[in-house]
Amino acid sequence: MNELALEINDLTVAYREKPVLWDIDLNVPKGVMMAIVGPNGAGKSTLIKSALGLVKPVAGDVKIFGTDYITQRKKVAYVPQRTSVDWDFPTTVLDVVMMGTYGKLGWFRRPGIKEKSAALDALQRVGMDSFAARQISELSGGQQQRTFLARALVQDAEIYFLDEPFAGVDTKTEKHIVNILKELKSSGKTIIAVHHELMTVKEYFDYIALINVKLVNSGKVSEIFNAENIKLTYGGHSNIWETNKF
Amino acid sequence: MVEFNIILISSFTAVSCAIAGVFLILRRMSLMSDAISHAVLPGIIVAFLLVEDRTSPLLIFGAALSGLILVYLTELIHKTKLVKEDAAVGLVFPAMFSFGVILITQYLSSVHFHEHSVLVGDINLSAINLIDIFGFSLPKAIPILSVVLLLNIIFISIFFKELKLTTFDAGLAAAFGFSPVLLHYLFMSLISITAVASFDTAGSILVIALMIAPAASAYLLTNNLTLMFLISGIIGIVSSVLGFYFSFWLNSTPSGGIAVITGLIFLLTYLFSPKYGLIIKSLKQKRQREEFYIKVLIMHILNHQNTEIAEIENQKSGIYHHLKWSGERAEKVIDYCLKNNYIFENHGILSVSESGKQFLNNRD
Repeated sequence: MNELALEINDLTVAYREKPVLWDIDLNVPKGVMMAIVGPNGAGKSTLIKSALGLVKPVAGDVKIFGTDYITQRKKVAYVPQRTSVDWDFPTTVLDVVMMGTYGKLGWFRRPGIKEKSAALDALQRVGMDSFAARQISELSGGQQQRTFLARALVQDAEIYFLDEPFAGVDTKTEKHIVNILKELKSSGKTIIAVHHELMTVKEYFDYIALINVKLVNSGKVSEIFNAENIKLTYGGHSNIWETNKF
Repeated sequence: MVEFNIILISSFTAVSCAIAGVFLILRRMSLMSDAISHAVLPGIIVAFLLVEDRTSPLLIFGAALSGLILVYLTELIHKTKLVKEDAAVGLVFPAMFSFGVILITQYLSSVHFHEHSVLVGDINLSAINLIDIFGFSLPKAIPILSVVLLLNIIFISIFFKELKLTTFDAGLAAAFGFSPVLLHYLFMSLISITAVASFDTAGSILVIALMIAPAASAYLLTNNLTLMFLISGIIGIVSSVLGFYFSFWLNSTPSGGIAVITGLIFLLTYLFSPKYGLIIKSLKQKRQREEFYIKVLIMHILNHQNTEIAEIENQKSGIYHHLKWSGERAEKVIDYCLKNNYIFENHGILSVSESGKQFLNNRD
């Protein structure tokens, strides 16, 4: 458990001169399932995006398995917020899942039979195999989320970043997704997910990072997920100066 | 022969534009076709002033460069976060276009290169400007147009996977290392080159019509991206042929006729598309509304059956009064439900059957 899957050092990300993340230090051991929790505008999505190199930091750096993201790219899977894409795009569920193979294919190489069967396997794991040929515009919220999860599964990664995987999803689908994530965890993968529902943190996750622009606390759910830390994170205000007083 | 040449030229132009337009529509950048087709003007003029040859390939290079400057300046303004992207585009391209117009009036007033032909083009002129190719006498524009068509097909085939991913999910594309910015600039170069090659023959207005209307129609007709290219291209050709004869009949310019036909085809698909068409949509809505009335009726009867007031609430002849429906509607919905055995009648009192309960539960 000593190896670190994700290592964030002194990370500051700003929108113009306003910090979105301020001097974050966060270590995530390999093989854990971590929830990133915090109020709206706390920088949860930005934290994931900076881990993936999608956002340029003002200061600090992010390491994945000890090195830069770019060298570890193929070990990282990413599930963006479901609402971040246009579900009217003219394509099928299978095609979206196959997009997960593009990273390993690189420029110009086309997906073939191998990629297609990997995508079908992933669809089966999320219980969507009968939807392979379905137009993505016809999916419900839960089906969209499972399609995205399947796309992450075909990436066959070591570390999975998920941005609000349970947003707008029915309870049954949520349990299904959690079970898949737990399966991944038990096979040694690392899961990092932005999570909104404090009620289910203990049931789903073993690690947690509480953030509100600054890192409030991080560690094992059993040790640091308590009323005091929640109050420190949510504290009534999302303003950084307010949280400084604590 | 001139007729054939006009149709040939406009078909080549139409297919190039229609293919380039597909990703333009999907990336929600339709406005860029308008912007680019105008913004390429200064590039063309500057290149022309340098080489003084209207047919030089350098003009296309100048256009592409102009297009990239447009994209760059737009992003520069957009990055300040003071204005939205569409406003940034709207600020840059008129400035670039008017700069081109000023160049024309200052340096080229004596040459055939005036604003009018820039806007609406002149296919007739292109069609009589011939060149010998392999023993065939073809319009001079054909070689350039075929190269541009080929360029479109090759570019989209090579970058198909990358363009699809950056269009659908730019975040994942960037995480995979497919630079969305690089692809954006490459794609915009393609749009610029296509716009300028179509310029002579079609003019900037028709270029916009040909880039947007066929692709937008194809979008309404299919959910398959590959098919969308094919349908868009076919609509481009059909518009060229019909548009030519339409303008011939009206004794007008072909580019005008073609633009009108692309618009008409879009109108037809908008009305009759089997998936998203206005008519199908309103039929669907009507059916949903009717289905909902049935549910309301079943729910009402179910709520009151086996209660003391069932005889009052569920009386067949009085139900319209409780639901505040017109007698006609109540009769229609009740008849439908009776016919489908969702409800049954006993001494003038209605009750819900098992299949009625199922109907209520199944279709939420």
